[in-house]
Amino acid sequence: MALGGPQSRGLLPDQRAELMLGALVCAVLLFVLALVVFVFREAWPSFQHNGLRWFGTGGTPDQQIQAIFTSTDLGQKPVYTFHAWPIVWGTLVTTAGAVCLSFVAALFVSVFVVEFAPAWIRALLEPVVRLLASVPSVIFGLLGVLVLVPFIGQHVITDDNRRSVAYIVSLSGYSLLAGILILTLMIAPLMIAVFSDGLRAVPRGWLEGSLGLGINSWRTFWKIGVRTARPALVAGTVLATARALGETVMLAMVTGGVSFAPNPADGLIFFVEPTRPLAATILQTAEQLTSAPMRHTIFAMAAVLLFSAAMLSLAGWAAKQPMKKYGVRT
Amino acid sequence: MSAVAPPPPASAPTPARRSARDSSASWRWSDRLGLAFAWLLGLAFLAVTVAIVLYMMVQGIRYVRPELFVTPPAQGVSEADSGGFLDPLLGTVIVAAMAMAIAFPLGLAIGVWLSEFGNPGWLARLTESTIEMLAGSPSIVFALFGTLLFEQGALGFLSRTNDGVVYGRSFFAAATMLSLIALPLMVANVREGLQAIPAHVREASYAVGKTRIATVRRVLLPAARPSVVTGAMLGVGRVIGDTAIIVVLLGATLRFNGAGGVPLLSTLKGTGSTLTTFVYQNAPTGEINQPEKAFAAGFVLLSMVLALNFAVDVAARRGRRWR
Repeated sequence: MALGGPQSRGLLPDQRAELMLGALVCAVLLFVLALVVFVFREAWPSFQHNGLRWFGTGGTPDQQIQAIFTSTDLGQKPVYTFHAWPIVWGTLVTTAGAVCLSFVAALFVSVFVVEFAPAWIRALLEPVVRLLASVPSVIFGLLGVLVLVPFIGQHVITDDNRRSVAYIVSLSGYSLLAGILILTLMIAPLMIAVFSDGLRAVPRGWLEGSLGLGINSWRTFWKIGVRTARPALVAGTVLATARALGETVMLAMVTGGVSFAPNPADGLIFFVEPTRPLAATILQTAEQLTSAPMRHTIFAMAAVLLFSAAMLSLAGWAAKQPMKKYGVRT
Repeated sequence: MSAVAPPPPASAPTPARRSARDSSASWRWSDRLGLAFAWLLGLAFLAVTVAIVLYMMVQGIRYVRPELFVTPPAQGVSEADSGGFLDPLLGTVIVAAMAMAIAFPLGLAIGVWLSEFGNPGWLARLTESTIEMLAGSPSIVFALFGTLLFEQGALGFLSRTNDGVVYGRSFFAAATMLSLIALPLMVANVREGLQAIPAHVREASYAVGKTRIATVRRVLLPAARPSVVTGAMLGVGRVIGDTAIIVVLLGATLRFNGAGGVPLLSTLKGTGSTLTTFVYQNAPTGEINQPEKAFAAGFVLLSMVLALNFAVDVAARRGRRWR
């Protein structure tokens, strides 16, 4: 770094090093600022044209994408009409489903790991959690496509189900359910890691006090440990939600790849209907970036994702503030 | 004397947590249910993970052949004539090396600045939240920004150019954007490592007349090396596992597709693929659909990730000095 001759140009080595590091930091900040600004600038025409209807219903996004893409072909007027509700709905449902499922699972697993597991299971479970967190999403996608999707297609969906919605959408096993289940498995390790850190930071004396009063160990940990670690629960959930929102490849592989909004009115069939979340839609339409109106539409989807990620990271920051009291660093 | 109740004998069992746990038969049913549920989920989680890894291992060993590692992929309609995954494997290595060549020094610099300088305070807070936002942003957004950035005429020398139209897909483009997803991990670990070093170590260094930056270079960074290494390896893990950026910014072509005449530079300026996109395209949902190849490549990818994980564990164990 900036270690040269002493006191050249009137600056001490320390000052020079600090300036250089600061300049690097500023450069990275400017790069990220440019990223945000350019994504929103490219997205603007699509939002400008559709207004809030962008998030609304009307027509199928796949047909609209086709129309937008081909509108530059024959020198026609560019088309921007895009109503993304089925895609947004797919994103919301997969994210919410996976976050709810994995919240319950991660809470119990981390309570188990921190307090109740025998030492040898704990020694096994901790590296396993970290391992699962680092498995690339394309491998989850591959397993989903080759194992879970055929299973759902053959054993969960009955012929009656298929017939009952055949005039709207075909059920093949590529479904919301597959997406939610695998996404749960992908984000649970993140939650477990943050939850466990929070639960471990609960002051031992508080728990001992409750135990000393004769409260059994489960009730003690549930009522005092888990409640004290609430900020960690929120922070972990926020982190996992951000990951779930941004999950691209796995969802593109297992959710079916049609911009269909699963309809809760269909009862349980709802869960086996196909959909396609925002990030997966971007991935699958990325080849169409060459057409200007399509590029604006794709960037509009990216802007929605980026905005949600920024809001979530803000929420995570807010949730982490009370945690500093207990000395938890996450 | 006799009016006073005798004190409890010293050997009376203290109500230790272990005994309370052992007698869960006397708990209320809801508490017992909760404990049972925790056991069930903990063991199920373990079982599912072990099942996934074992399944990938078994499938991988069934389909991995040594010649797959040295054969480039080929256009083919069956598993037999579609070649191996030499190019994707090299692509993964190249992309990881290039992305870390950017993210490592940057992450080190930002981590050092945040931990040791951090002046002015508002800039430090802004940097922290920006890095956190980067960590939470979907990589597909970075990929899209990459297409904008590298299609600029001024950056045309980094990718293929056709009649003044810049293609914008190359190893340079992909690695630059991939470095953004490795950066937060790098910064967080460097910072954590530096902050774990007690203040007296710094004071001792100042006391013998070292400047702050010399202290960082000669004392603090060597002491924090395990954290730095951990951050770098976690970053590599994220980079080799990413698919979206590769699909959008590297073109995900079957083989290296060089641009220009200079031997090595042409590869880096051209398009290619990595193991992740190879798996993506060979899965039944992909364009090539050769599941056996996908399993083989997925097995190699998973082994790389497992090895990195193991290395992180070793590094973390060596880094317990200050904690």
